Amino acid sequence: MSTREWGRDLGLGFRFAFTGGREGWIRVLLTAVGVGLGVALLLLTTAIPNALSVRHARDNDRADHTYGPVRPKAANTLVISDTDTEFHGHDVRGRLVEPEGPEAPVPPGLTAYPATGDMVVSPALRELLGSSEGRLLRARLPYRITGTITEDGLVGSRELAYYAGAKNLAPKIDGSRTARIDMYGLTGTPPQSHADPILILLVLVVFVVLLMPVAVFIATAVRFGGERRDRRLAALRLVGSDSRMTRRIAAGEALAGSLVGLVFGTAFFLLGRQFAGSMEVVGISVFPDYLNPSPTLAALVALAVPAAAVLVTLFALRGVVIEPLGVVRTAKPARRRLWWRLLLPLGGIALLAPMIGQGGSDGQFNQYLVTGGVLLLLVGVTALLPWAVEAVVARLHRGSVAWQLAVRRLQLSSGSAARMVNGIAVAVAGAVALQMLFAGVQGDYTKRTGQDVTRAQMQINLSDGTPFRTAADQFRTTKGVRKAVSLGSASLGEKDWKNGPGDTTLLVSGTCASLRETARLPSCRDGDAFVVTGGEDDAAVTKLARPGRVLHLDADHGAGKGPDVRWTVPAGLKPAHAITSPNGTRSSAVLLTPAAVPDRVDRLLDGTVYVMFDKGVPDVSEYTRNTAAKVDPFADVMVWSTTEESRNFTSIRTGLYVGALCVLALIGASLLVTQLEQLRERRKLLSSLMAFGTRRRTLSLSVFWQTAIPVALGLLLASVVGLTLGAVLLKMVGSPLGVDWRSVLSMTGAGAAVVLVVTALSLPPLLRLMRPEGLRTE
Amino acid sequence: MSIGHTLLGLLESGPRHGYDLKRAFDEKFGQDRPLHYGQVYSTMSRLLKHGLVEVDGIETGGGPERKRYAITEAGVTDVQRWLATPEKPEEYLQSTLYTKVVLALLTHRDAAGVLDVQRSEHLRSMRILTDRKRKGDLADQLICDHALFHLEADLRWLELATARLDKLRAEVAA
Amino acid sequence: MTPPPGSLLTARDLRKAYGPTVALDGAEFSIHPGEVVAVMGPSGSGKSTLLHCLAGIVPPDSGSIMYDGRELSGMSDAERSALRRGEFGFVFQFGQLVPELTCVENVALPLRLSGTPRKKAERAALTWLERLEVDDLGGKRPGEVSGGQGQRVAVARALVTAPRMVFADEPTGALDSLNGERVMELLTDAARSTNAAVVLVTHEARVAAYSDREIVVRDGRSRDMERAV
Repeated sequence: MSTREWGRDLGLGFRFAFTGGREGWIRVLLTAVGVGLGVALLLLTTAIPNALSVRHARDNDRADHTYGPVRPKAANTLVISDTDTEFHGHDVRGRLVEPEGPEAPVPPGLTAYPATGDMVVSPALRELLGSSEGRLLRARLPYRITGTITEDGLVGSRELAYYAGAKNLAPKIDGSRTARIDMYGLTGTPPQSHADPILILLVLVVFVVLLMPVAVFIATAVRFGGERRDRRLAALRLVGSDSRMTRRIAAGEALAGSLVGLVFGTAFFLLGRQFAGSMEVVGISVFPDYLNPSPTLAALVALAVPAAAVLVTLFALRGVVIEPLGVVRTAKPARRRLWWRLLLPLGGIALLAPMIGQGGSDGQFNQYLVTGGVLLLLVGVTALLPWAVEAVVARLHRGSVAWQLAVRRLQLSSGSAARMVNGIAVAVAGAVALQMLFAGVQGDYTKRTGQDVTRAQMQINLSDGTPFRTAADQFRTTKGVRKAVSLGSASLGEKDWKNGPGDTTLLVSGTCASLRETARLPSCRDGDAFVVTGGEDDAAVTKLARPGRVLHLDADHGAGKGPDVRWTVPAGLKPAHAITSPNGTRSSAVLLTPAAVPDRVDRLLDGTVYVMFDKGVPDVSEYTRNTAAKVDPFADVMVWSTTEESRNFTSIRTGLYVGALCVLALIGASLLVTQLEQLRERRKLLSSLMAFGTRRRTLSLSVFWQTAIPVALGLLLASVVGLTLGAVLLKMVGSPLGVDWRSVLSMTGAGAAVVLVVTALSLPPLLRLMRPEGLRTE
Repeated sequence: MSIGHTLLGLLESGPRHGYDLKRAFDEKFGQDRPLHYGQVYSTMSRLLKHGLVEVDGIETGGGPERKRYAITEAGVTDVQRWLATPEKPEEYLQSTLYTKVVLALLTHRDAAGVLDVQRSEHLRSMRILTDRKRKGDLADQLICDHALFHLEADLRWLELATARLDKLRAEVAA
Repeated sequence: MTPPPGSLLTARDLRKAYGPTVALDGAEFSIHPGEVVAVMGPSGSGKSTLLHCLAGIVPPDSGSIMYDGRELSGMSDAERSALRRGEFGFVFQFGQLVPELTCVENVALPLRLSGTPRKKAERAALTWLERLEVDDLGGKRPGEVSGGQGQRVAVARALVTAPRMVFADEPTGALDSLNGERVMELLTDAARSTNAAVVLVTHEARVAAYSDREIVVRDGRSRDMERAV
């Protein structure tokens, strides 16, 4: 057949789509909205890599590496100090800056440095500080706001960031938090970022899992109104079009819907992008113009969707014979075979299996194998489901009238029932697998910290030279704080640190009460010194801590550039036994009460305060941070409890859950449309059933079963496949197997809820169709 | 219906007495209107005169003269020709009823009522025919069907006439 | 109102309008047990509406329907449904058989709706299919049988509950003469043998001839021809 024929018939179908009167318009609209939602989601997804890379580039441009060579002060240097903090779960990027000369580089987003005591803030931070919610944060940032960081200095619209002018930062230079720099941005080629293979795996799986149901949904959407269209096609046959022409005309109609859908999708995407600019997901926000789908991918979507619409229509009409007097679905389709359907998921597992255990250390996953494997497994669901529905439904017999009506209907058209549920099944299977993976990986992360949150919830690392013992007193008087333990520590070397210290052990100083957090002390008075064994390195401490021996103090964070500070081990060391200290370690060390520490040693100790607070007091962690900022603006505050680590995952999981719910809602809508169409087809039958006294309940229940049976089967299959996929993925990242039953239940519950909602929404039309008007023949 | 041709056809199976002929006719075709013997006699004389039958023999006894008739070659040919010739379609213009309806309209009486009564009368006949059909053999069924279809045709004409009464009334009044 | 002695179903002064369209305008009706009454009249005259009202499918706007000493318009929808399930049978022109169910299941359906166990209901259904000479169709689906056969199945379904009233709306409308007659014979024979009353809506005189008497509906008003004559 020629292209001209194709063009003519597609065009004809195109025209039919718009000239079908009100009903035709509604159908095009439904298809367009369905396809549009799918397209918008596709565009958004294709835009995400771009958005992330823009973010990444921006982040690189403003990078201020605080490690690296120690430079002398010059006209083009500045001292910058990282004072990142956190407020109500949001990260706040903070920098104290002190330009040292007129040529000091200015970071992107700023035109000039703020004066001492002033700060330049991001719009989101300005907004937050101005609100009542930000009152506590305002106390932590006691600077005058004099300007705004423009977009090119931020990685997202909702990012909280500030640059504050400061004085006398130079003494704080430590090669980690505070440094002297002469440029922003990365020098030379950016180091090949060695992304966490687990993260890559997560991203890949998320993409596949969210996009698969969208594809299934688009396929369903172009079939909206299919039954009525089939009747119209029959009429076309009657006036003389041949069966191939008819198919092409049908494809043309679907094409029309999908093209309008593309337009809708673009509009939805632009709207959604604007909306996306004002929200924050997983602590990540973007500017709307970051969300630019790459032209190639956008073009791919624009071509693939209409092409898919045509193909799906032709494929769907494969088993349908359109005769001039009506549409005949091939009466007895061949029994569905199992073997090739099983091949798909098995093939998927086969692709994934070789990668089991590679995610533990620095292994890499083959992205194609991962994507292929996950795809095959999920596509396997759509292939297995029709078989499963057919096989199960054929064996269902006994039951009430409602059950019988539903089962018989399913037996006659199990294929279409399975097709309706495919989207739900794929979405649930993917979501279950992902939730399981997240739960497993998250378990990993929490276990690694090993911190004992019952003993402290926050650790504050004070900057060099901050008197740590008095600091503890300030924390103790902070609202909600129950206990604050402050310890100073330093490493003791066998030799001068300039040439390498040889064996080292730990020196810890604190009050008797504080020291008791790290070791079991028999008795303690100020002036006592202890040698603690039973920790990680008893050999070193027993070797070094001998009375009279001269040890060398690490005065320069191991860099070996500081002065050689010597300390003589005193006589009368009392033995003590190590216990697990609040930071989760069990150290062999020398413990000194305050009176036992000489002044020159005391100055060099790194102060750490462990804070335990009453979680019932709202904002207690914010109060603690405020105290930390007051005591030492350079303090590094670390929150312990596991909640901090899992927060990101919780929000990813919530996001995933919301995404899956959206997909389910979308599919629910298409289920409803199909359901209503079927009911309309049967109005005459429904009226006559009502005439001979069928209860409304019976018919409502049969509608319910008709949806519930395939959905239940779909959910069951989805759970099995989802759990399998989840297990394989967990094996791949080397996490222990654990089934997250809560997510399985919540996802299947959501699927079941869709059935209930669809049934509930189709009841009013059902009851309306049962009215005796349907009996009227005239 | 042509009685002559019917009697000729009955003779084709073999010679019969006049009385036998009447009985056979009545049995097969005359449920509604049995033949008078005189009708048979006059018909047979006519056929005899035209040479379509001949007298096969005469029995004389105490009763009336009993002639036995047999069909001639010419008679067989005639039956053949009759069977092969289609009947002229009859037009059942119910002239009496038509007159009644028009009269009812002219005198402002219920014309629809006239039709309903007529339908009821037709249905009464049809019920009897239907009943006979259900109890009778195949011949009965075919005969009754014929009558039923004709009656139904009348009724359909009646329905149509009823539907057109308004138009008719306007025409009559004009 | 007192119904005529011995009547099973009596309707007086039924009025029903669908929006501005008046379907019934003071229709009357009465039927005795074992009686077959044809409802005739031109298209749109209100025949079907009359049947729907008499069967309790549609409540009339006004008027009374007495069935077996009970006033139908005083019943709730559930009560009328129960009545239709238990004591009425229905045959329509087409489209009444559930396409997914086999013929035997279709016939058994009314019994099952009233709570008869499946096996028992299907045995009864098979007996009725035999009486209507279509017992060989039991396992087939309605889509696989001819129109005449399907109507016989429908008649079997109307009679399977041993109803006291059968409502038939153009039961032969989609059939040829021969099949139509056979369906009418089977329907009226079966109804008479169980002493069921049949309300037969038809516009065909040959079908109406299977009735005992007819009423004519014209412009929403009924005319009982037996009394008129």
